[in-house]
Amino acid sequence: MQYIQQIGFLLLVAYSIWLFSKNMMQIKRNILLGRDEDLSDQSSLRWRNVILLALGQKKMFRNPTVAIMHLIIYAGFIIINIEVLEIVLDGILGKHRIFLEPLGGFYTFLINFFEILALAVTAVCVVFLARRNVLKLKRFMSKDLNGWPRSDANYILITEIILMSLFITMNATDRALQILGSEHYHNTGDFLISGYIAPFFSHLSTTKLILIERSCWWMHIIGIFAFLNYLPYSKHLHILLAFPNAYYSRLTPAGEMHNMENVQNEVKYMMQPELAPTGDAQPMKFGAKDVMDLSWKNLLDAYSCTECGRCSSACPANQTGKLLSPRKIMMDTRDRLEEVGNNIKKNGSFVDDGKMLLNDFISVEELRACTTCNACVQECPVSISPLDIILELRRSLIMEDSNAPQEWNGMFSNIENNFAPWKLSPDDRDQWTKEL
Amino acid sequence: MHVPTMAEFLASGEKPEVLFWVGCAGSFDQRAQKITKAFVTILDRVGIKYAILGKEEMCTGDPARRAGNEFMFQMMAYQNIQVLNNYEIKKIVTACPHCFNILKNEYPVLGGNYEVIHHATFLQQLIDEGKIKMTEGGSFKGKKITYHDSCYLGRANNIYEAPRKVLEAMDVALVEMKRCKSNGLCCGAGGAQMFKEEEKGDIRINIERSNEAIETGASVIAAACPFCNTMLTDGVKNKEMENDVAVLDIAELVAMSLEQKV
Repeated sequence: MQYIQQIGFLLLVAYSIWLFSKNMMQIKRNILLGRDEDLSDQSSLRWRNVILLALGQKKMFRNPTVAIMHLIIYAGFIIINIEVLEIVLDGILGKHRIFLEPLGGFYTFLINFFEILALAVTAVCVVFLARRNVLKLKRFMSKDLNGWPRSDANYILITEIILMSLFITMNATDRALQILGSEHYHNTGDFLISGYIAPFFSHLSTTKLILIERSCWWMHIIGIFAFLNYLPYSKHLHILLAFPNAYYSRLTPAGEMHNMENVQNEVKYMMQPELAPTGDAQPMKFGAKDVMDLSWKNLLDAYSCTECGRCSSACPANQTGKLLSPRKIMMDTRDRLEEVGNNIKKNGSFVDDGKMLLNDFISVEELRACTTCNACVQECPVSISPLDIILELRRSLIMEDSNAPQEWNGMFSNIENNFAPWKLSPDDRDQWTKEL
Repeated sequence: MHVPTMAEFLASGEKPEVLFWVGCAGSFDQRAQKITKAFVTILDRVGIKYAILGKEEMCTGDPARRAGNEFMFQMMAYQNIQVLNNYEIKKIVTACPHCFNILKNEYPVLGGNYEVIHHATFLQQLIDEGKIKMTEGGSFKGKKITYHDSCYLGRANNIYEAPRKVLEAMDVALVEMKRCKSNGLCCGAGGAQMFKEEEKGDIRINIERSNEAIETGASVIAAACPFCNTMLTDGVKNKEMENDVAVLDIAELVAMSLEQKV
């Protein structure tokens, strides 16, 4: 019987890890569908960003109360998962509380610490659920989140509460069994939280207690592995991708737009034809119409987004009721990329499905409303740039589709003919000097 | 007052300390021309050897690039860099954050390498060095003034303190809007929005921002960008507050506070 449990456990661990790796490899493949962009320079500065932005959650502290609550969930969740190591070892080796003997008093300290964190995580998850469902914070009520995204957020919080409750209940029944003197349940003494709950279980029989304790143990570990495998389908993937995304975040000033070398060269050859290469010119694509035209960093951004909506709350267009929502730009990019990824999975390589990120997911009206003010970029706690994607799509609209509002066409021709965006004579550029 | 051009400097075989990049708004827009005039008045008074390009200056290409027209941008950048490099320009000052950003951050990769400084920082340096002398208890002393951060100065280039230090040097009572510095709300002009109608929404961005500025109770909204200036001026007019609230560039505030010539 014991061996069957051990084998079952091993199979569970192996399957979870295999499935998770498979899905993550597919995400990696999807991200690498993007254009090349070299972001490997200045590694010390990049590591600094990982420590400050991802590990230290520096940008979250723009709102300290929420930052502390978020930090509790995050630290709690990571630290409590040290306990998973023991659970996994117990499961594989068929032991119970394998660390108790070697660690002694420190073991009690650790579990006490985990229990306090578990309680704190539960409390914050309740507050976060309330913010989304009772207090109805504006950024959580936006239509961006209608349907699956809103459920996704609630599922994550509820799962975390369940996992924490299972952990505490497991310890409480374990303690009740210890008091009953059940074999296998080594005396650990009361733990800080579960110690208070154990007496409520004391009237139950040993069999029932073992059943509850074992059920909690199994559900807790199955829950954790299920949660791990939920990540690739969820906005919650940010707990992993925030780290690479911080590492690869741009180090240039936020105001700087990517240069288009192909256009730069076109203009150079036009001005200095002697420099132009001979032979047939390669057909060129300008800007982005679909996810494959974006940089891989834009696509990593899309998978790193946890749909918190800080970007959209700060966006001047969004705040004044325009259609543009930077969060939606990121969500659309991920949705389209998933669709393209599944297309490749099904067909071996991408088969044209008649859809594009531009127009089918993100409308011209959204793109046009952007003032390039960088508020979305500034706000994002995990170094995402919705602005980058907006600008690449705008480039495609203008240069591939000649799709510009009439006033912009006028502005372009004024710049071309009068060297200023207005229809005023270049001879009058210094007219003001005569009025001093 | 004579505003010297690079062509004149070249003819005399001399070189200016700094090129003043006027920008299209500063050159053509009637409101922004006042900012330009205020700034050259300060340069002239301080006695800085500066020059403008005059008719040789062209749009940097910023609105074209942000709208998505990279070709137009590259054409303008190519021509401007030719002119600037031919004159062997080393240092540029400009009163426009959009020109500042593009000259500083986007021209280098195209072969245009200059020390570029925005007039907010430039004015702050001149004040720190004691070169700008303002009247004791000038017209803005103790006056409630709020400062509107330009996106291309603030978030785009992390310049938040310089314009505020310029205001503090005038002993004004600086009041901040709730959305200020890195949280500052855009005026609505950037990204080539200046040159087209806004998309459908609940309220225009410039009106939202002007209302916020007016609510501080300040009698002056200070700006450091000609486009912000236009947007906020329109917003103040929309509220019919133009007699109570003035929208002024920091260069105009400094110029108005200069000691009278003796």
